[in-house]
Amino acid sequence: MEKADLRELHRLMLVARRVDEEAIALQRQGVLPGYAPMRGQEAAQVGSAAALDLTRDFAFPNYRDLGAATAMGVDLVGYLSTHLGTWHGGMYDPKASRLAPVNAVVGGAVPHAVGWAMGAKLDDTGGVAITYFGDGASSQGDVHEAMNFAAVYRLPVVFFCQNNGWAISVPTERQVAGGSVAARAAGYGIEGVRVDGNDVLAVFETTREAVLRGRDGGGPTVLEAMTYRMGPHSTSDDPGRYRTLEEERAWAERDPVARAARQLSADDVAEAEAHAADVVRQVREGLVTVGDRPTEELFSFVYREPTKALLDQQHAWKEAADV
Amino acid sequence: MLEDRTGAEPRGNAELSLQQALNLALRHACEDDDRVLVFGEDVGRLGGVFRVTDGLQAKFGEQRVFDTPLAESGIMGMAVGLAMAGWRPVPEIQFDGFAFPAIDQIVNQVARLHYRSRGVLTMPITLRLPSFGGIRAPEHHGESLESLFAHVPGLKVVSPSSPREGYHLLRQSIADPDPVIFMEPKPRYWHRESFDPTQPVEALPVGTSRVVRQGKHATLVAWGATVARCLQVAELAAEDGVELEVLDLRWLKPVDADGLAASVGRTRRAVVVHEAPLTAGLGAEVSTLITERCFGELRAPVQRVTGFDVPYPSGPLEDEYLPSIDRILTAVQTTLEYRRG
Ligand SMILES: Cc1ncc(C[n+]2csc(CCOP(=O)(O)OP(=O)(O)O)c2C)c(N)n1
Repeated sequence: MEKADLRELHRLMLVARRVDEEAIALQRQGVLPGYAPMRGQEAAQVGSAAALDLTRDFAFPNYRDLGAATAMGVDLVGYLSTHLGTWHGGMYDPKASRLAPVNAVVGGAVPHAVGWAMGAKLDDTGGVAITYFGDGASSQGDVHEAMNFAAVYRLPVVFFCQNNGWAISVPTERQVAGGSVAARAAGYGIEGVRVDGNDVLAVFETTREAVLRGRDGGGPTVLEAMTYRMGPHSTSDDPGRYRTLEEERAWAERDPVARAARQLSADDVAEAEAHAADVVRQVREGLVTVGDRPTEELFSFVYREPTKALLDQQHAWKEAADV
Repeated sequence: MLEDRTGAEPRGNAELSLQQALNLALRHACEDDDRVLVFGEDVGRLGGVFRVTDGLQAKFGEQRVFDTPLAESGIMGMAVGLAMAGWRPVPEIQFDGFAFPAIDQIVNQVARLHYRSRGVLTMPITLRLPSFGGIRAPEHHGESLESLFAHVPGLKVVSPSSPREGYHLLRQSIADPDPVIFMEPKPRYWHRESFDPTQPVEALPVGTSRVVRQGKHATLVAWGATVARCLQVAELAAEDGVELEVLDLRWLKPVDADGLAASVGRTRRAVVVHEAPLTAGLGAEVSTLITERCFGELRAPVQRVTGFDVPYPSGPLEDEYLPSIDRILTAVQTTLEYRRG
């Protein structure tokens, strides 16, 4: 997206919202074994990912980034196949989609963005890496190492922290010392920005600035989008044990999707709903028909060329299976 | 004044130490493939604490050969991203004991991204890891982590025992499309051998071992730094008329089961020698492979001579810990004298 286009951003957010709801429904119906809902974080994810140039930028997600995948046009069935338990990392093509495989190690992919950005800088592609992580992940040593590396080498990286208030049951104030995640940027001598993560236009503009800064040689940015996870941490979590209904109600009033919708015409919103319903139908159909992987695949993709020991094990397994 | 250490290149046969051979391998890899990047702590201006990267930055520039901040997980994580961007990273972790802060990136990321991406992303990363004890180093500067890495699906593990093999194995590891943990035997860095590094890279295929000395009474299985020790043992045993075969396992993942079976099938007795602690060490794997394939031929149970299940000890105790010539000879004697009860 060249310029902020609220109609388009709202359309993408609504797709993410409805697919997210569908994923929860599918989990309740026993189709998805588990899922990490992102309701409430649509503006942060869609607004930031929409600011990328997919011909040259690259994104590194963790496990709660359906909105980013949606805005990047990633095949959502392939994306959700991780949660379906079909394949670690997902069944989509990370190279073609510019979205790295889904990562479950919090903070684990953050240094990858640094390496990727160094590669892009050496190749002079103008590419910028964005990496998504939470306020909890910001406690990981890897995130510090990555920020320091990126600052030392002045690499085009956007460290996009979605501060949704909670790391499972631990609130941000018990997680992040020093005031904020954005404040840490000062320690690395790089740009640190806080943005209203429920305002999709603000997220888009701020991310775009950070991306352009990286592209123009201005180095990395720590961007902290202040948002809220409206649902549970995962489909097996019970937020009632650690946070209040009042808090949830207060944030519900700041729902990023409703907020964008209020600024659009009723026709636009109706059209977006119809489009989202369409996508949901396709995703549901895709997910229920995706099926299991061929069992032979147990031995695939471990190495470029399988080792002899692995082929021997596969052979023995097959013989036993055929008996 | 900084001296010019770009180094003179040998033109034919030359006496080279392992450290020089590895340095040449890195030089030639950088020359042949401009996607090769060498980085780590102090690898640039200093040329690495073991000087294996000496002169590389002067020759290839600070973009190809660079110092990183002091952060092992960051080094390996950055290697992952560089590989994803189409580069061929050859990171160094300064000492074996400092691989631990990077284990998460190595095991959860480096080893798995080819798998997670269903073959779309490759991880042609060669982690150079100065390894093993025997140089009286302080704690965490001498460890044997081979079984740890060999246990991880998606990694390959190799250790050279000589300068010539070091050269060729490093070239091959860098060219390999999968991640390779390249364990450099520290006590052998200054050991010299004559060979011609201008010859084409030799195929020492993944998962092949090498008989470094032939014999008929028993096979000593070793790798990395223990190969030289086993050759000494074989010399001594030969004085008593005992002919020991010495097999350098070389590739520690995958292990050469066929090579083991061929050698032990001939000699009918085996002693596995490694520096790592006994329990769940690679010797257990090797013994089992031998037993599975040679049970009928074996004249004695496979013997293991290893470190003990204690933290790698410091200087004066190192000699007690490392497999000594005496301990290996005793194991040889045990296997030769074994009688079924
Ligand atoms: C390295 C690591 N440790 C622990 C976990 C288990 N875990 C999964 S999510 C989570 C909380 C993460 O919180 P945050 O980074 O704020 O992201 P959010 O879930 O709020 O999106 C924890 C502890 C993990 N996945 N990775």
